[in-house]
Amino acid sequence: MTFRHKHLLGIEPLHPTEITTLLDLADSYVDLSRGAAKHSNALAGLTQINMFFENSTRTQASFEIAGKRLGADVMNMAMQASSIKKGETLIDTALTLNAMHPDLLVVRHPHSGAVDLLAQKVNCAVLNAGDGQHEHPTQALLDALTIRRAKGRLHRLNIAICGDIAHSRVARSNLILLGKMENRVRLIGPPTLMPAGISELGVEVYDDMEEGLKDVDVVMMLRLQKERMDGGFIPSEREYYHRYGLDAAKLAHAKEDAIVMHPGPMNRGVEIDGTLADDINRSVIQDQVEMGVAVRMAAMDLLARNLRSSDAARDGANA
Amino acid sequence: MSTLLSNARLIDPEAGTEIVGSVKIENGVIAEILTQDLDKIVKTFPAGKVIDCQGMCLAPGIVDIGVKVSEPGERHKESFKSAGAAAAAGGVTTIVTRPDTLNAIDTPEVLEFVTRRAAQDALVNVAHMSALTRGRQGREMVEVGFMKDAGAVAFTDCDHIITDNKIVGRCYTYARSLNALVIGHPQDPALSKGAAVTSGKFASLRGLPAVSPMAERMALDRDMTLVEMTGVKYHADQITTARALPALERAKANGLDVTAGVSIHHLTLNEFDLGDYRTFFKVKPPLRSEDDRIAMVEAVASGLIDVISSMHTPQDEESKRLPFEEAASGAVALETLLPAAMRLYHAGMLSLPQLFAAMALNPARRLGLASGRLAKGAPADLVLFDPDAPFVLDRFKLKSKSKNTPFDGQRMQGKVLKTFVAGTQVYGD
Repeated sequence: MTFRHKHLLGIEPLHPTEITTLLDLADSYVDLSRGAAKHSNALAGLTQINMFFENSTRTQASFEIAGKRLGADVMNMAMQASSIKKGETLIDTALTLNAMHPDLLVVRHPHSGAVDLLAQKVNCAVLNAGDGQHEHPTQALLDALTIRRAKGRLHRLNIAICGDIAHSRVARSNLILLGKMENRVRLIGPPTLMPAGISELGVEVYDDMEEGLKDVDVVMMLRLQKERMDGGFIPSEREYYHRYGLDAAKLAHAKEDAIVMHPGPMNRGVEIDGTLADDINRSVIQDQVEMGVAVRMAAMDLLARNLRSSDAARDGANA
Repeated sequence: MSTLLSNARLIDPEAGTEIVGSVKIENGVIAEILTQDLDKIVKTFPAGKVIDCQGMCLAPGIVDIGVKVSEPGERHKESFKSAGAAAAAGGVTTIVTRPDTLNAIDTPEVLEFVTRRAAQDALVNVAHMSALTRGRQGREMVEVGFMKDAGAVAFTDCDHIITDNKIVGRCYTYARSLNALVIGHPQDPALSKGAAVTSGKFASLRGLPAVSPMAERMALDRDMTLVEMTGVKYHADQITTARALPALERAKANGLDVTAGVSIHHLTLNEFDLGDYRTFFKVKPPLRSEDDRIAMVEAVASGLIDVISSMHTPQDEESKRLPFEEAASGAVALETLLPAAMRLYHAGMLSLPQLFAAMALNPARRLGLASGRLAKGAPADLVLFDPDAPFVLDRFKLKSKSKNTPFDGQRMQGKVLKTFVAGTQVYGD
C-alpha cells in the first residue's frame, strides 16, 4: 500500500502515486455509496471528532456521513459556541480532546497553519478540512476524482481555476494537486484577487476571462469570498459578473466538451450564471458533492489503516 | 464638402516646426497639408470655401485635461453650454472634464447623464474622466470596467487624496488590468490640509496658513512607489515645485508609464501675485515661488512635464468674496489659457510648437485621442490665432458663467480668431 502519512494536512506532502491510491479507493466507495446498504466496517470501533472552528455545512456533513458509512463513532463539535469562546487556546483544546482518545480528528480553522499546529499536539490522525487560506486537501481530491471520472484521465488536461484565487484555499490545494498530476493549470481573475508571485508556481495567470478560457478542458469556478474581504478588491458584484462571471458566452471559448465545476456554495449571478450551473451537460457540481463523501471515506480509511499498523509506536506523537 | 485654410503659419507640434502653408479639410478631418504652390492651390479650389488665414497661426486645437464643468450639481457656476462656449473662444477643442462634481461622476449612470448633456449643449468635444473611488471617498473603487466601457478616458479622485495605500494599490492594480489611466494629485493631505499659500517668507508676512512645497514631492514619491508596485499608467495632474522634479525624472528614467502636467497659472503667476489677499489667485495647489515657476517652465521646455492644462475651476462670487483662508480655491481659465501661454512665448521661454505639444499633442496622446496633431488624417480640430494681438482682460466679457480669473484687468497678448471642431467653425467671424 502506498499511502505513508499519519495525517492528511495538505496536498503538498502527497506523492502522485499516493493521490492515485486514494482516488482508486474512493472510486470503490462511490460504488458502495450508490448501493442499497451503504455501510462498511472499515472504521468500526474508531472515534471520529469533527472540530469546525469556522462555519461549514457541506464539508462537515460530508465528513460525518463518510465516517458513519464506515462505521466510526462520529461526534460534531461546534467550536464557535465552545470553550474557545471562553478563552481556551487551540493547543489546550487539542490536549483536552487528546485525553479522550479520538482516532480521527477532522479540523477546519480560519487561520492558515492552525491544523498543522494541532496535529503536532495530538496522537490521533488529523484531517485538514480547510485552514485559512492555506489548504483544503479533501476538496482538491474530490475535484480530482470528479475530473478523472468525467474526462477519463487526470493528466495532460488544460484546467482553468477562475475567480477569487487570493482568498481560496481550494485554489491552492487544487493547483498543487493538478500540477503534481502533470496538468496545465491557468489561474484567471482580477489582479486584485491574485496572490503575489503566484505565476512563479508553474501556472499561467490571466486577467482576461475569455483569453484564459481558450481551449480548456475543465473550468473550476471559485466562490467570491465576500466574508474574507476587507473591502476594495473589486468595484461591485455586477462588474465582477460582467468580467469574470461564467456564462455561456464565456464558456464558448473553452473546449466544446469542457466541464464546469464549483466547490460551492455558489453565488448565482456573481461568479456563475444560474442556468449554466444547472446544465447537466456541462456542470458536474452535483458530482463533486457525491465524490466528496467517497474521497473522505477513502482518506479516513487510509489514515485508519496507518494508525492501526503503527499502534505499537503510539507514544511517538511527533509523526 | 471641403474647406481650405490658406496662407497660415502652421504650428506642427509633432514635427516641432512652423511653416507657411494651407490645410485642406474634408469630412471633418485634415485631408492634406499643403506647403507649396499656394497661389495655384487657392486658384483651383472651389470659390467660397477658401478661408484666407492672412499669415496667422494655425495649430491643433487645445486638449485640456482637468476642466471642471459644474454639471451635475452646480450648474449656476458652469454648464456644458457655457463651458463649451468658453472653450471655443479659448481655442480649446476638447474639454476633458473632472469628476469632482456634486455628486461625483462615479457610476456609469451619472457618466451617461453628463455624456448626454455634453453632446446636447457643448460646442466642442467633451471627454469625461471618472472618479477612482465611490464618492471620491477613498474606500471602494468605482466600476472601472463599466466606466471605461461608458467612455471614461481616465480615473481620478482629483484633490481628494486616498490615504490608505492598500486601497490605492488595489485601485491601481485593478485599473492596470483594464489598461486604464489614473490621474493623481500629488499633495500630502495632512501637510496641505487647510493651507492657503506656499510656506515661506511671504506667507509668514501675510499670516496665512501655509503648506511646505515638500508636500508635493512627498506625495509624488509615494505615488511613484505605488506605480512601480502595480504597473499602472499614471499622470500627475499638476507638478508645481522644483523639488518634485527629480522624483518625476527618476520614474521616467526607470521606465514607469508616468506623465505629468502643470496648470497655466503655475507657469505664469507666482506667490507675490496674491498681493493684498486677492482670492482670485487662490488655486490648488497654491501659487509657488518665482524659482519654482521658472523651473516648471524649463521642465515643460525639456519635456519632463508633458502637459499644460487650464485646471478650469469655476467659482461663483460668493465662494470667492470671503477672507482668503475661507475662500474657495480655483480659477476659470478656458478662455485665458492660450493668451497666458503666449506670455511664455513672448518671453522667449517656449516656442509655439513646444506650447502646442504640451497643450494639444501630449494630452491627446496620453488619453488615446486622435486629435492634437496637425497632420493628414487627424480630426480637423484647429485653432487660428494671432499671437501678438494685445488686449486688456475684462472678466465680465468671459463666456464662462463664473468670472473668477486671476488675469482680470491684466494686459495680455494673443487672441483666438477662429476655432474649428471636426472642420466646423465654432468660434470667430
